[in-house]
Amino acid sequence: MRVELTGRRKERENLLIQVARASGQNIAKCYQCGKCTAGCPVAVEMDIPPHQVMRLLQLGLKDEVLDSSAIWLCASCATCTARCPRDIDIAAVMDALRARAGREGRTRSAKTIALFHDIFLNAIQKHGRVFELGLAINYNLKTGNLFKDADLGRVYFTRGKIGLKAPKIKGGDEVRRIFQKVKQMEAGE
Amino acid sequence: MPRIGVFVCWCGSNIGGVLDCPQLAREAASFPGVVYSVDYKYMCSEPGQNLIIEAIKEHRLDRVVVASCSPRLHEETFRKALARAGLNPYLLEMANLREHCSWVHAKEPEKAQVKAVDLVRRAVAKAALLQPLVSSQIPVTKRCLVIGGGIAGIQCALDIADAGHEVILVEREPTIGGNMVKLDKTFPTLDCSACISTPKMVAVASHPNIKLYTYAEVAEIGGYIGNFKVKIKQKARYVDHDKCTGCGTCWEKCPSKVPDDFNGGLGTRKAIYIPFPQAVPNKPVIDANHCRVFNNKKCRVCEKLCPTGAIDYEQQDTFIDEEVGAIVVATGYELFDWTKAYGEYGYGMYPDVITGLQFERLVNAAGPTGGKIKRPSDGKEPKTVVFVKCVGSRDEAKGKSYCSRVCCMYTAKHAHQLLEKVPDSQAYIFYMDVRTPGKGYEEFYQRTVQDGAIYVRGRVSKIYQSGDKLVVRGADTLLGRPVEVKADMVVLATAMQPAAGVETTARLVGAPVDQDGFIQEAHPKLRPVETHTAGVYVAGCCQGPKDIPDTVAQASGAAAKVVGLLSHSKMSTSAMISTVNEALCTGCMLCEPVCPYKAIEPKVITERLPGQPPRERTVAAVNSGLCQGCGCCNVACRPGAIQVKGFTNEQMLAEVDAICL
Repeated sequence: MRVELTGRRKERENLLIQVARASGQNIAKCYQCGKCTAGCPVAVEMDIPPHQVMRLLQLGLKDEVLDSSAIWLCASCATCTARCPRDIDIAAVMDALRARAGREGRTRSAKTIALFHDIFLNAIQKHGRVFELGLAINYNLKTGNLFKDADLGRVYFTRGKIGLKAPKIKGGDEVRRIFQKVKQMEAGE
Repeated sequence: MPRIGVFVCWCGSNIGGVLDCPQLAREAASFPGVVYSVDYKYMCSEPGQNLIIEAIKEHRLDRVVVASCSPRLHEETFRKALARAGLNPYLLEMANLREHCSWVHAKEPEKAQVKAVDLVRRAVAKAALLQPLVSSQIPVTKRCLVIGGGIAGIQCALDIADAGHEVILVEREPTIGGNMVKLDKTFPTLDCSACISTPKMVAVASHPNIKLYTYAEVAEIGGYIGNFKVKIKQKARYVDHDKCTGCGTCWEKCPSKVPDDFNGGLGTRKAIYIPFPQAVPNKPVIDANHCRVFNNKKCRVCEKLCPTGAIDYEQQDTFIDEEVGAIVVATGYELFDWTKAYGEYGYGMYPDVITGLQFERLVNAAGPTGGKIKRPSDGKEPKTVVFVKCVGSRDEAKGKSYCSRVCCMYTAKHAHQLLEKVPDSQAYIFYMDVRTPGKGYEEFYQRTVQDGAIYVRGRVSKIYQSGDKLVVRGADTLLGRPVEVKADMVVLATAMQPAAGVETTARLVGAPVDQDGFIQEAHPKLRPVETHTAGVYVAGCCQGPKDIPDTVAQASGAAAKVVGLLSHSKMSTSAMISTVNEALCTGCMLCEPVCPYKAIEPKVITERLPGQPPRERTVAAVNSGLCQGCGCCNVACRPGAIQVKGFTNEQMLAEVDAICL
């Protein structure tokens, strides 16, 4: 598909500003050396490798990035960030893109991953920390794959790695307040 | 019988780590004529040289063989050691045990040892036949000719003149300044090109040691280093510059309008003109091809209006003879003519597809648009501009295989200037690589990227007109996708090539050109401002594409070489040059055309044979100032009358015998 570059200046600049605001990173600095892709453990599975995600952002091709599976496959290991010669925190950019795609409901290419993120964050909001059993059951129910990792669950349970009851932590209120604050900030954007 | 000494050097472990040097020295002692042989760790060191000097005295040696490294490295060192011991320095022969043996055969030391013995035997065989040689002295004319009045020629002329030597600067255009004065701003500091070059132009014109010939060409060059004879053709200007005051009435009133080459064909000038307001000299010439008078039409307006009567339609070309000791070629570059090669970019039929130099004139305040970026077709301000790099450069199919070195930077500068001058503009730059090797260059490029220029990695495959837009089709190879831009104007960064006429100049001075037509320097790294002809130097883009800082540096380098040459009133020539045995020479003169340095010419001698009347016959004569000892004549000579001193047939055959028999 031929890319029309003409007249995209405003789109490009807005996108760069938005990404910069959400991630604190200046995408224009990327000079396409490919070191991020070279070191990425999941790049082979991505539909768009990390350096091309940066390139698409530079050209203002927002939709292709937000609809990609790449931003969801990113494991946030931050190998790219550690190695980037231009000092761009690529993992932070990926995170910001995921957040935006999630908000805009653009999760077609990675439904289960987005779902996992939602369930995980809901659990944190509710309990203040992760409740593994609840998270696993919730995820399996919602994906319809009821017995996924059930064998592993038994092993964890017998060894006391996961419990039946939701954990209680000090400062659960503070965590909830963090979530509220973030919601307010996102609404204000 | 000669008394030969053999000195085997270990060169630390370079030779000693592979070869058995003491064994080599013992073996050498048995070669015919060898009366002394020894090995030592570092023969080139002070104690090593003293070892040679002591041995010469103690053993009354009259020939010396040093078996060490390449003669290119240390032949001069050991020659001086011989001279210190009182021997003629040319009674030295070297065997190259390092480059020719230990380095290349490090993995096979036994075989290397056998080869090393052969190499030393060869050197001993030749040494036995060496003859003492002396170099001759030739006078040096303390003046320099600089061909080309661009920034290279200007800088070189000023440096030589400041050192106290006379300079003759010849420029074929009506003004000096070259391409640099056409530029607007210069990367990476964005200083105004005219502001930094016009003061130097004025300095040339007013320098007491510089004689300036503009609108002139070098017609003939004869002679040799220190003693060149030059004929300069002063083209007819049809204006008497002694009378002209440069008042400007003539070019204001001249009715003939001509496309202005100084502005890259954008805009017009008159048939009587100065190329630009700060021209040096600031006096006009008449372009006879376009003047009405020379095309048999009625006019003579300039003649009627000139208050000093300086117009002279009858003026003829004149020739001036000058003598100089050195020549600097600084004839510069021109842009590759893309319109003949790039059909996919329209062969020049779209007026809004222009070159980098034309863009320079468009942004220049002194240019045809007064510094407003307007596209040539309709004078509209272009909002979307595509810059295409490597047009002609790095394109063997259509242009040149080399990189023109400046386009990456000036394109970054153009994009920066566009984004700065035109509000809401967009710059797209199609590139293959971005090459920014220079102080502050990468930073400048990154700044342009931050300005908002969009760099797209890929060559443009097609440009075509669609309405009032130029559709540019290329690919973003980083994305692996074809891309398209609808542009208002396209700027092509066309390749630099040697200025027209460089072959003629090269032939006149006797300097070879490379496969791309650039003047060949004597050595790409160690003799970058010299040519293969002694006394002829090179500066600027006629030697290869380069930017202004590199050009100025090379020009100053060439000036330093010239000043070094002119600092002596006499110079010694090489001793290892051709010599003619007149008794054997038949005067066939086959040697004359094969000599690359024009060092051989016929000479008539009077021969007196016993019992016969004296008779005259022609023989070849070698000019010791021109001969470089290359040996071409030696090969061409049928009776074997020409020999290169230090490489005679007998010596060479003795070497072959020593190795092969």
